[in-house]
Amino acid sequence: MTNAISDTLKATALRVREHIIRMAEGGGCFIGASLSCVEILVYLYAQVIRRKEGDPHDPGRDYLFLSKGHDVPALYGTFVEMGLLPASRLSHHLSTNDHIYWHPNRQIPGVEFHSGSLGHLPSVGAGVALDCKLRGSENRIVVITGDGELNEGSVWETLLVANAHGLDNLAIVVDRNQFQANIRTEELVPLEPLEDKFRAFGCVVQRIDGHEFDSLERGFETVIKGGGGKVKVIIADTVRGKGLPSIEARADRWFCAFTAREVEHLLEELHGHAAAAIESETLVVR
Amino acid sequence: MISTAQKDERIIVMTAENRALVRSAPRQLGNRFIDTGITEQTMVGMAAGLALRGRIPIVHALAPFLTMRAFEFIRTDVGIAHLPVKLSGYIPGFLSDGNGPTHQSIEDVAIMRGIPGMEVYCPADEDDLVKVLPSVWGNAAPAYVRINHKKGSFEHSVYVPGRAEVVAKGKDVTLLVYGFLFANALKAKELLEEEGLSVGLVNMRSLKPADEGAIVEAALGSMLLVTIEDHLQTGGLYSIVAEVLLRHRVSGTEVMPLALEERWFRPGLLGEVLETEGFTAERIAARIKNANSFYAK
Repeated sequence: MTNAISDTLKATALRVREHIIRMAEGGGCFIGASLSCVEILVYLYAQVIRRKEGDPHDPGRDYLFLSKGHDVPALYGTFVEMGLLPASRLSHHLSTNDHIYWHPNRQIPGVEFHSGSLGHLPSVGAGVALDCKLRGSENRIVVITGDGELNEGSVWETLLVANAHGLDNLAIVVDRNQFQANIRTEELVPLEPLEDKFRAFGCVVQRIDGHEFDSLERGFETVIKGGGGKVKVIIADTVRGKGLPSIEARADRWFCAFTAREVEHLLEELHGHAAAAIESETLVVR
Repeated sequence: MISTAQKDERIIVMTAENRALVRSAPRQLGNRFIDTGITEQTMVGMAAGLALRGRIPIVHALAPFLTMRAFEFIRTDVGIAHLPVKLSGYIPGFLSDGNGPTHQSIEDVAIMRGIPGMEVYCPADEDDLVKVLPSVWGNAAPAYVRINHKKGSFEHSVYVPGRAEVVAKGKDVTLLVYGFLFANALKAKELLEEEGLSVGLVNMRSLKPADEGAIVEAALGSMLLVTIEDHLQTGGLYSIVAEVLLRHRVSGTEVMPLALEERWFRPGLLGEVLETEGFTAERIAARIKNANSFYAK
């Protein structure tokens, strides 16, 4: 990857993080969960997902399914930066006059399916992947999951079925940020050794740094190349809350609702200034 | 189903390792037949994905596992997106006979009709199924069909979507029935007529939409309505009738439910199950006669 491309992607990622932070104001959003997924989404939409300008329903397009639905601020932030969504709509967050809320839905152009309940979109993606195989169409189908989401048996069930049908056009990207709600994954339901589990289920697996664009590029080479007969899994090691040192890697910074002043301080922190002083309650037990 | 599927390449037939009813599908449909293994949730999720791509998936599995194991996938993936996924529930109600309570689908109507936009069909026998199916496949709504492929001897009328089949009208009693119990209800009607009663009979054919007009007309025209179903009393036809009569402010009609009250039924061969549970033609007629003498003016 050239420095020029890398710099562009990093600048885009910074702007996506600004959108996420602003969405945490008032009613709040899953800010910690969303910040870990930024580079993944920016890379996918900039370099992997092929779409036709102005034709969101082109059957030859690549599909991105956000199974980790509560990451939607990262998705919408990316859409804004890719020119798919006007920034002004983000100010309608949590208003019943628009369709911008805590999980994605198809009222927003570019969103392939609604999500929120974990463990669903791997199977929906597998259905799309199967249809593409039946038609001999070379679409790429990418499904982003969380790591806590891997607790759901349906994910593993789908992998067995998808590999039984040779769906090598299907890729699962795990946003492996080590947390689920307000607890570490390894304290609740340990997932490691995670690569071994995916391989045992018949997938071809890679593990990358989910915040480094060179690493993402390496990870998605096989997705771009296609073939191989097996579902591709990319475990992207990430940091919950990445970009905001006062939020990073904390169990209590998953869903947050901030005041306007805190949001301004967080934006300054994002740009390298002093850590924001947070007074709002940030521990949300769900 | 197979011949329709052969002609329409949008149709994909799926099963979760329940091949008995779709035995000829692999050979005749080739790669448009998908067996996902014992994976109802993945099967339904994949059906949603296939439907997104313009296919019409016919998803066939044992009714309890299709509707309950995969309920959230049906409601959330198929229902919220309102996709044309056609669910085929095998051996519902008493038809699970010797399997036991784990396999008894006696709440499927209740839970399926609770999903906004989901249609629910309940043909009486193979002839009824063949007449109802084109409507099921012909529209873009998600649908659940309580599959009943048993051969009957009654020739059913042409199916009109949303309309029940009013076999007969009667002043004393009207039997409202769906599914394979239709045959026993028909015979029970004859037995009651031998006793001098004027008996009506309605084959519901679909429970969502339910033919409200037929229900109201039967209520206004008969002293007693009897709902007959191999389903729990809560949430099936009895509840539907209660809702309809309430909505249309029809009072003064007695409604007697023949259904399963808060319990799973005793497993056995089908004939014995019907006898034990009181759903043979003779037992239906006897239960109504006893009730009728209680309600008779």
